[in-house]
Amino acid sequence: MLGALLLAMVWLVANVQSNLERQNINSGFGFLSERAGFGINQTLIDYTEDSSFGRVLTVGLLNTLLVSVLGVFFATVLGFSLGVARLSSNWLINKTAMVYVEIFRNVPLLLQIMFWYFGVLRNLPTPRQAVSFGDAIFLSNRGIVVPAIEAGSWAGWYAAALAIGLAAFIWLRRRARLALADGTMMPIWRPLLMVTVASFGVAALLAGVPFSLDVPALKGFNFRGGITVIPEFVALLLALSLYTAAFIAEIVRAGIQSVSKGQREAAAALGLPDKTALRLVVIPQALRVIIPPLTSQYLNLTKNSSLAVAIAYPDIVSVFAGTTLTQVGQAVEIIFITMMIYLSLSLLTSYAMNRYNARIALVG
Amino acid sequence: MTGFTPTPARPAPANTVGFVGWARENLFATKLDSLLTVLAITLILYVIKVVFGWAVIDASFSGSDRTACLKDVQGACWPFIEAKFGQFIYGRYPDAERWRVDLVFAAGLIGLVPMLMPNVGHKRANMIFLLGFYPVFAFIMLTGGVLGLAAVDTTDWGGLLVTLVVAVTGIVASLPLGILLALGRRSDLPIVRALCIGFIEIFRGVPLITVLFMASVMLPLFLPDGVNFDKLVRCLIGVALFSSAYMAEVVRGGLQAIPKGQYEAAAALGLSYWKTTRLIILPQALKLVIPGIVNTFIGLFKDTTLVLIVGLFDLLGIVQLHFTDASWATPETHITGYVFAGAVFWLFCFAMSRYSIFMENHLSTDRNGS
Repeated sequence: MLGALLLAMVWLVANVQSNLERQNINSGFGFLSERAGFGINQTLIDYTEDSSFGRVLTVGLLNTLLVSVLGVFFATVLGFSLGVARLSSNWLINKTAMVYVEIFRNVPLLLQIMFWYFGVLRNLPTPRQAVSFGDAIFLSNRGIVVPAIEAGSWAGWYAAALAIGLAAFIWLRRRARLALADGTMMPIWRPLLMVTVASFGVAALLAGVPFSLDVPALKGFNFRGGITVIPEFVALLLALSLYTAAFIAEIVRAGIQSVSKGQREAAAALGLPDKTALRLVVIPQALRVIIPPLTSQYLNLTKNSSLAVAIAYPDIVSVFAGTTLTQVGQAVEIIFITMMIYLSLSLLTSYAMNRYNARIALVG
Repeated sequence: MTGFTPTPARPAPANTVGFVGWARENLFATKLDSLLTVLAITLILYVIKVVFGWAVIDASFSGSDRTACLKDVQGACWPFIEAKFGQFIYGRYPDAERWRVDLVFAAGLIGLVPMLMPNVGHKRANMIFLLGFYPVFAFIMLTGGVLGLAAVDTTDWGGLLVTLVVAVTGIVASLPLGILLALGRRSDLPIVRALCIGFIEIFRGVPLITVLFMASVMLPLFLPDGVNFDKLVRCLIGVALFSSAYMAEVVRGGLQAIPKGQYEAAAALGLSYWKTTRLIILPQALKLVIPGIVNTFIGLFKDTTLVLIVGLFDLLGIVQLHFTDASWATPETHITGYVFAGAVFWLFCFAMSRYSIFMENHLSTDRNGS
């Protein structure tokens, strides 16, 4: 059997070689350092038309990561809220969440992306008639323009204040966790709030307000200043978050329902208030059920972000497996690189989530 | 001493029964609840006003071109759907031959409905009809070229027809492939196991769109000179391989849930590996994972829309294509088209998910009742 497999592989490789020769396509990864020669409308790092195809790959990968990370964040927040709403004793809230879930998870994601992009965002007025919120945020068919925050020379003080807040959070949490071992509950959030407010106050006294807002304004046919969020990005992020949230809601609901009623009753019998019982008894047990399927939803979201190609958001599939492929023609190498990148992203995410899962799983 | 006459029970307080009681308990139990209820009612009324206003009050219902849909306040442009309906269902399938597609749809329904109803008998004959006769029948009817039927090239297929062809082929091919992969993953033969794990993990780790790109751009490179596949067939292969990897993981979940004693008992009876698998393990394992299988089907059905990216015109693709028709270019054409396509997809997916819940209940009562 092994022999047959090897023979099949040799046959396939021979086919590829003869086909490539016939069509005059180069092989190897040399093209990565060649000049790309096309523009990209959203770049997180410096990129010009003179940059290489390798740079295109990096730009695309960063765009994929940007939309995935933000999508995971929004989908989680919305999904958890909806999941809790599904369990609400309030009939109306419960049914509203149910209708949301049933609508959004039963319509193809690609259709939702196209709906938001072609149906809604591209139908917005032109920049001249843009919808404005307080003359600072503008909504038009070129995307959303928001004011940019520009850091002054004293921003270092604020960074220091933020670092103090973060350090205080880590220390307080550690203290609370150690104290919990012998049953003492240590407050975390109130002292944290006090420390943060105090350190930012000191920073403000020392440095004044070192930030200035760069408010966008209409100049000619488009906006100047501020940060422009391209409509492709908004549509993709919106669709990914709304779609995945519906799945996360069902996972959260199932997770919380899996904690037996006896656990809540036992917590009540021990005299724990509802909130504490939820935080220390119900949620830790529910998380064990929630985390594995949640991981696969995060992976799905990352993979689904590749649908960006349909609305030309410059993610990795769109600029690398799309534009670069048509320019270079080296399908085998390009598809291989793209697949390997997604595969590594998947493996990395599931590794991280498995680590987290192992920490919260039952011991012994 | 007089006999004991009980006082008749007093009626329950008016505010604990009927609608008022229900509302007090379910909508206004606490202050927070009341606030949420009021907020939710406001939200729902607003959504209903927007949706109803768009779909009915401001909508146009008749007309033969874009002028019907150009009012000051314009809602849905339903005449667009009406005018293009044939295209949305059949694509560019020739008008004179559309009865063949109808016949295939009808035969599919006739085969499927009794199959889905647990109380109807003759499941074996039904299965043979659906998996043996029907695919051949559908293939001959749709492609033609024999028995005096005019040949219809797959490039002329489109709309719901393509969506259903891709989905049904994917579903039919992914289940057996998935079962084989799941069995392979638990096999004792190291090479088989390694191959199956590699296949499953690779296909689950990459997006379907890259698989479709691979099928449409890379596959031709792997074939000898002169051999060429139809584009639709290449996409079908891509979709089937992709969903079989997901199916394999679902089936593996079921296989893992079967207690070891079942294998040992089968071995004690002298059953071979294949007999054990076919008669003892799979019937129990598959029954356990029906919800997972149906979920994979639903995912597959929604994923069929991706074929439009590699240039096939499924339902969404054909709707998208007709937006470019200048005689129907209005600001509302896009949204109307998407809402129509969305409603069709939603109907199929929702029906499948309800059926899965029904089957789950049906099977679980069987188990508890015995």
